[in-house]
Amino acid sequence: MAEPDAPRVALLVTCLVDMIRPAIGFASVRLLEAAGCTVHVPRQTCCGQPNWNSGDRAGAQALARTMIAAMQGYDYVVVPSGSCAATVIKDYPAILAGEPEEAAARDLAGRTHEIVSFLTDVRGVEGVEAQLSARATYHDSCSGLRSLGIKEQPRRLLASVAGLELAEMEDAEVCCGFGGTFCVKYPEISNKMVSNKAGNIAGTGADLLLAGDLGCLLNMAGKLSREGRGVSARHVVEVLAGETETPPIGEA
Amino acid sequence: MSALHPTTTRFRQNSREALANRNIQAAMSHAQSGFVAKRAAARAALPEFDAIRDAARDLKNEVLRNLGTYLEAYEARVTAAGGHVHWAETAEDARRIVLEICQQAGAKRVNKGKSMISEECGINDHLAAHGITAQETDLGEYIIQLRGEMPSHIIAPAVHVTVPEVEAEFRREHSHLDAGRSLAELPDLLAEARGVLRERYFQAEVGITGANMLVAETGQSVIVTNEGNGDLSQSLGRVHIVMASLEKIVPTLEDAATVLRVLARSATGQEATVYTTFSSGPRRAGDPDGPEEYHVVLLDNGRTNMLGTEFEEMLRCIRCGACMNHCPVYQAVGGHAYGWVYPGPMGAVLTPSLIGLEEGRNLPNASTFCGRCESVCPMRIPLPGMMRAYRAREFDRGLTPGAARWGLGAWRAVASRPRLYGAVSRLANFGLKLLAWGGARLRWMPLGAGWTDHRDFAAPPLGGTFQSQWKGPR
Repeated sequence: MAEPDAPRVALLVTCLVDMIRPAIGFASVRLLEAAGCTVHVPRQTCCGQPNWNSGDRAGAQALARTMIAAMQGYDYVVVPSGSCAATVIKDYPAILAGEPEEAAARDLAGRTHEIVSFLTDVRGVEGVEAQLSARATYHDSCSGLRSLGIKEQPRRLLASVAGLELAEMEDAEVCCGFGGTFCVKYPEISNKMVSNKAGNIAGTGADLLLAGDLGCLLNMAGKLSREGRGVSARHVVEVLAGETETPPIGEA
Repeated sequence: MSALHPTTTRFRQNSREALANRNIQAAMSHAQSGFVAKRAAARAALPEFDAIRDAARDLKNEVLRNLGTYLEAYEARVTAAGGHVHWAETAEDARRIVLEICQQAGAKRVNKGKSMISEECGINDHLAAHGITAQETDLGEYIIQLRGEMPSHIIAPAVHVTVPEVEAEFRREHSHLDAGRSLAELPDLLAEARGVLRERYFQAEVGITGANMLVAETGQSVIVTNEGNGDLSQSLGRVHIVMASLEKIVPTLEDAATVLRVLARSATGQEATVYTTFSSGPRRAGDPDGPEEYHVVLLDNGRTNMLGTEFEEMLRCIRCGACMNHCPVYQAVGGHAYGWVYPGPMGAVLTPSLIGLEEGRNLPNASTFCGRCESVCPMRIPLPGMMRAYRAREFDRGLTPGAARWGLGAWRAVASRPRLYGAVSRLANFGLKLLAWGGARLRWMPLGAGWTDHRDFAAPPLGGTFQSQWKGPR
């Protein structure tokens, strides 16, 4: 349990985890507590990435201000998504550049971390206690990989999960075709990309797909299930936290 | 599609057609892995590669800050060497200038090295309309010229064409050759094209090439090629015309060497291309060969309008093609879907810059912002950021489609009110469960056919949203 001087961590849940898969939120809490943090869940909404990536700067500013207000006063803000984390860390200072909240945006950006890299790089976690008998493959989601440099950290922690074997897929670093609104604006292209991805996942012989972003996971899991590939999908923190009683994504 | 008749507004339809085209899909999947692996190997073999990228970026930024100065210095050098520099503000100006030079040379035939600027200006069609035959001599360009197409890639113009398609084209076009010959392999095709084109090098009065760089210090133009066709095109004719856009300038020969060190590695994974050719003007007294006249057509066509804007950094581009080689969208649909001269991520920024946002607005939208283009760009051009800047311009100018605008406005209204957001997300959570009829996934969603036509959607498990379930500290 957390010590009295334990860092106060706010969990930035993300819209998709909040609405579609709360298990990722609870797994995140368990991992953060195991790493000696006190976890808070302030009432919160969306980081504003959909508006920012659609060119709606004023909308993105409004949601960034809402998030900054919600996350005030915590030592760290931790996010179970490389994509939403990158919006806060990399984009908030640009979204609010020249606005009165610019300094607050930079302050929040400096306190915010994606969860797996927070555990390894900030809290010095070397391994986890979890156990899972599976052959897994890990997809590197784009924002986490290229904006935040998350590559080796999830693999290092997964290596400590008893019974888990990790098989690298071809083109693990290539986009799955989700891209937020991209997948509904250009459904045929998105479909081509996720078809390639599903083929690469199946090519490893893995029975479990892991990644750090629920958006990408919903996309890939949906394709794997439509194609009847027989590969389950989970967020990486579910496995690291040993929270595998909840059925895999899209399974009963 | 031609340079004068873009189809970028049909991007979605173009991409659907490309996805349904078996030849394009076969050719693209074959080409991609080669480019990516070769660049990665070249980068790994040169530890200072990223430092050279920084140097290349910095030197090009210096050029863009003082573009006028460097261009004037370049022009003075060319003129002193006996060459001519022609300033073309528009593509139309460039067409007129090139035609006049060809007509004054009494040309009936023109040989061409590969030049994207000539594509941008539609030179071949313009010359043809005035009775002058332009012959492409780069193998890829030759293939697409036979097919009546534009390049689908800036360095591999025929990357969308399969070997059997080329074979069929060659058998039709080269009907004077032995019908029993083998054309099954790429080297066969290369040798045949080389043999056919070799005779034509001696028939043209004018040679047109592009330029990978223009060196201000020396007045030289530089081309990099692998087939040697550019050298033959430019040195065997009586007149050599270089077509270049004005941002191709670099200050010194040393700077040119810096760019060359990242160019071929990023493009094809070569340390250097087979030929790197520096042209210094017309033949001097005592030179054994070379053209009698040397002309440089410097094209602006909207580029100087990008200076001082958030798109200025695009002018650092050295046309290596790494961004498209690594772009999953480009790899899925090929270059023609983009509907104008420049495809892929660099085209998604350059096209709206040069032909306008109304015409080109689809392209910066057709990206997942995966960021792979920026991560491999030798000139460190922030391509996704610039695509986002075009989306912002589109939004600000009211060009974003109404349904998308409405959706963004509604999302902002909900998500800037935490209690309302909580209610809406609980409702959505419940609604998705209802739609799934108690199952774990949806095969259809209202307004979500773009998703469920191709894949299932995971329904949330029982219990409500995470925030509604959370009992711990706030």
